[in-house]
Amino acid sequence: MGLKQKLHTLKEKYKGTKMAPAFNALHTFLYLPNETTHSGSHIRVADDLKRTMNTVIMALLPCLILGMFNAGYQHHLQLGEIEAAANGFFSTNFWNWDNLVVGLWKVLPLVLISYGVGLAVEFLFAVIKGHEVEEGYLVTGMLVPLIVPIDIPLWMLTIAVIFGVVIGKEVFGGTGMNILNPALTIRAFLFFAYPTWMSGDKVWVHGDVAATAAGSPDAISGETILGNLAQNKDAGFEIMDMFYGFIPGSVGETSTLLILLGGLFLIFTKIGSWRIMTSAVAGALVMGLIFNGVVSQEWISESSKFFSLMSTEFWHHLLLGGLAFGIVFMATDPVTASQTNKGKWIYGFLIGFISVMIRVFNPAYPEGVMLAILLMNVFAPTIDHYVVNGNIKRRMKRLKVKTA
Amino acid sequence: MSKDIKIKKGLTIRLKGEADKTLSNAPRSRTFAIRPSDFHLITPKMVVKEGAKVIAGDAIFYSKSNETMKFVSPVSGTLTTIERGAKRVITELVIEGDTQDSYKDFGIVNSDSMKSDEIRNHLLSSGCWPFIKQRPYDVIANPEITPKAIFVSGYASAPLAADYNFTLKGKESYLQAALTALSKLTTGAVHLSVGGAGTSPFDGLKDVTIHKVTGPHPVGNVGTQIAKLDPVNKGETVWTVSAQDLVIIGELLVTGRYNAERIIALTGSSVKTPKYYKTIIGSEVSTFIYDAGLDQENVRVINGDVLTGKRISPKGHLGAYNNTVTVIPEGNDYDLFGWNKPVFNKISTSRAMTFSWMMPKKNFDLNTNTNGEHRAFVVTGNYEEVFPLDIYPLQILKACMVQDLDAMEALGMYEVAPEDFSLTEFICVSKQPHQEIIRKGLDLMYKEIG
Repeated sequence: MGLKQKLHTLKEKYKGTKMAPAFNALHTFLYLPNETTHSGSHIRVADDLKRTMNTVIMALLPCLILGMFNAGYQHHLQLGEIEAAANGFFSTNFWNWDNLVVGLWKVLPLVLISYGVGLAVEFLFAVIKGHEVEEGYLVTGMLVPLIVPIDIPLWMLTIAVIFGVVIGKEVFGGTGMNILNPALTIRAFLFFAYPTWMSGDKVWVHGDVAATAAGSPDAISGETILGNLAQNKDAGFEIMDMFYGFIPGSVGETSTLLILLGGLFLIFTKIGSWRIMTSAVAGALVMGLIFNGVVSQEWISESSKFFSLMSTEFWHHLLLGGLAFGIVFMATDPVTASQTNKGKWIYGFLIGFISVMIRVFNPAYPEGVMLAILLMNVFAPTIDHYVVNGNIKRRMKRLKVKTA
Repeated sequence: MSKDIKIKKGLTIRLKGEADKTLSNAPRSRTFAIRPSDFHLITPKMVVKEGAKVIAGDAIFYSKSNETMKFVSPVSGTLTTIERGAKRVITELVIEGDTQDSYKDFGIVNSDSMKSDEIRNHLLSSGCWPFIKQRPYDVIANPEITPKAIFVSGYASAPLAADYNFTLKGKESYLQAALTALSKLTTGAVHLSVGGAGTSPFDGLKDVTIHKVTGPHPVGNVGTQIAKLDPVNKGETVWTVSAQDLVIIGELLVTGRYNAERIIALTGSSVKTPKYYKTIIGSEVSTFIYDAGLDQENVRVINGDVLTGKRISPKGHLGAYNNTVTVIPEGNDYDLFGWNKPVFNKISTSRAMTFSWMMPKKNFDLNTNTNGEHRAFVVTGNYEEVFPLDIYPLQILKACMVQDLDAMEALGMYEVAPEDFSLTEFICVSKQPHQEIIRKGLDLMYKEIG
């Protein structure tokens, strides 16, 4: 009796019991179930939700790996132990074992906590409500470690994940029913509950917080580029470093290059919406151009606190902060985005547009993409409402022409 | 006024087991069955009792809501059993056939000179009326309403569906008689779509507007044709008839006999020699399945095509409306890491480690596995790619699920039938039962609005 048969016997045994969803969730990770069609079409496509989610994870993995190296690289660089990476993307100053070890120690616990806690909550709700465990958290669980600062205490992450999954998703009925992107709900919770751990200049490089607390004279400071710009300082980094992702920031959001590749992969596999991605990029560029225009018209002076971010060349915004990551991996979440194709254009454009606007006008927290996406999540049903209404009106008009 | 219909949205599903264009006579079936569930929302009232002798064309039952609408026996024989299910609903009527059929004579008529009332009564009393369906609601047409148009699809684009150019060859006189009769039942036109290459049996027929259609499935579905030509508005009705049933209607008019003979395609990857058979409505499907032979034991027999057909047992009978019987392998087996490994032998509309997009000409051997479990709606935007109607599929499905009658009406529920959602169901990542959702929604509207 092979493993397949044994598991089948167990599945039959658990059928109808409280634990069935939990068992099935694990079982279906090993085997595609023996479920056959009961009504309607007798055949179905090869894709299911697990495959869809898995594709997104595949697109995220390069970001995670680079994030690990970057954690070590930024740490060592700040301590002055290594030289800055040169010679392009494959610089050995970046891709080396020492950097990876720091990254593994710091990032893997984040991943484990995110998945462990989040899935535990999911299983609990599935068992209580008696439905199958839905796959939505597979992507959320991978996103969360990539959008938090490296030194975030694990207990904070635990609380945030529980909050995000329960309040962000389960209270609405689980995957497919939520209004807000769960990963961003988690991040927003952290941001508003523990602001000192989520912003400022001490949280983005491993070791900063500890060094500052110890009052060490060589306390290192790892300001993000956005932070620098918001204080009207220079960006302090080369464009190519920003593109490759060799800069301080949340764990996995720094490398525009890998995000771009991930985005292209998602578009190619038809999992991610190219409409949202392109229109969001367009929205960010338009807002950036408007601000550049304001600067070149000399409507604001160099002493203005907005000057530095406003005068940032419009396309640099895409390389800065989490904008690219948010556009590719967060805005495209199909559940919380607009669900009509027309709506997606509007939704994406406004995300890019508002992200850059918040970024420039809110120097205290120059990362606008999170708030922009959450805001548009709330408005997505409204956008859809008007798009669908267009269809309804067309139908009514057809009737009126007939009866007139 | 002829109008060409061209669609881009859709998906032609290529499967193994297309019927070879050779025609055999299926051995005569011992028993014949009428399943009232084929006639959706019709409550049968029996005319004859168990044990009664009937000949082909004799009324077996009529509709409870309309006494004139007769349902007749396809053959001559003895009504042996009336099978009943829960609440004594009649599930199946079994007729043991005589060796030779004798036919009830309904009289030879000339549809050219008949009035619409005469045609209507003739079809109602002869058992041909149930072949006419209506939209909204996708049920048997209400004879008291005059439809604004009648639609016939002369082109089958569904996977492995019988080719009308083959099955209707040589029946032109019957088709003409039926079309002429139908054209008198409507204030508008009889629209007929033809497609594909070769000569169509419909070429040169009169009293009908012929439209050429091109594009992927569901271009052959009558629903697509309606949507592109003359969509159903609130308060309007259109009728639809399948092309193969025009032959039976036409033969009745021309010869006076209700002849339930039909050429069907036996298809599917499990059939050894898929080909066409001449058989009779209600025949045991085993008569021709055994003739063609099966490759394996663990199969599903489908009355109809793989997208819209009904599952029957291998001992079941040919349904009232279908001209295709498909046999495909059951997929009740596990697949190790089936959810993440690269897939080459299944169809997919994405490219998420699925490679059917690289093989556009390949014929696939699909089984009945759902390839995943039922989930809430998550993915958006993919239904629209295969749905050519000017309707928001996801939104209308959700409206049906929450039984929001106003939204259903506003979103276009009067225009659709479950079969229009067979492709969205096929590609659904969440494995939702779209056709069932739409059917329940239509039933609810029928009950509440009427």
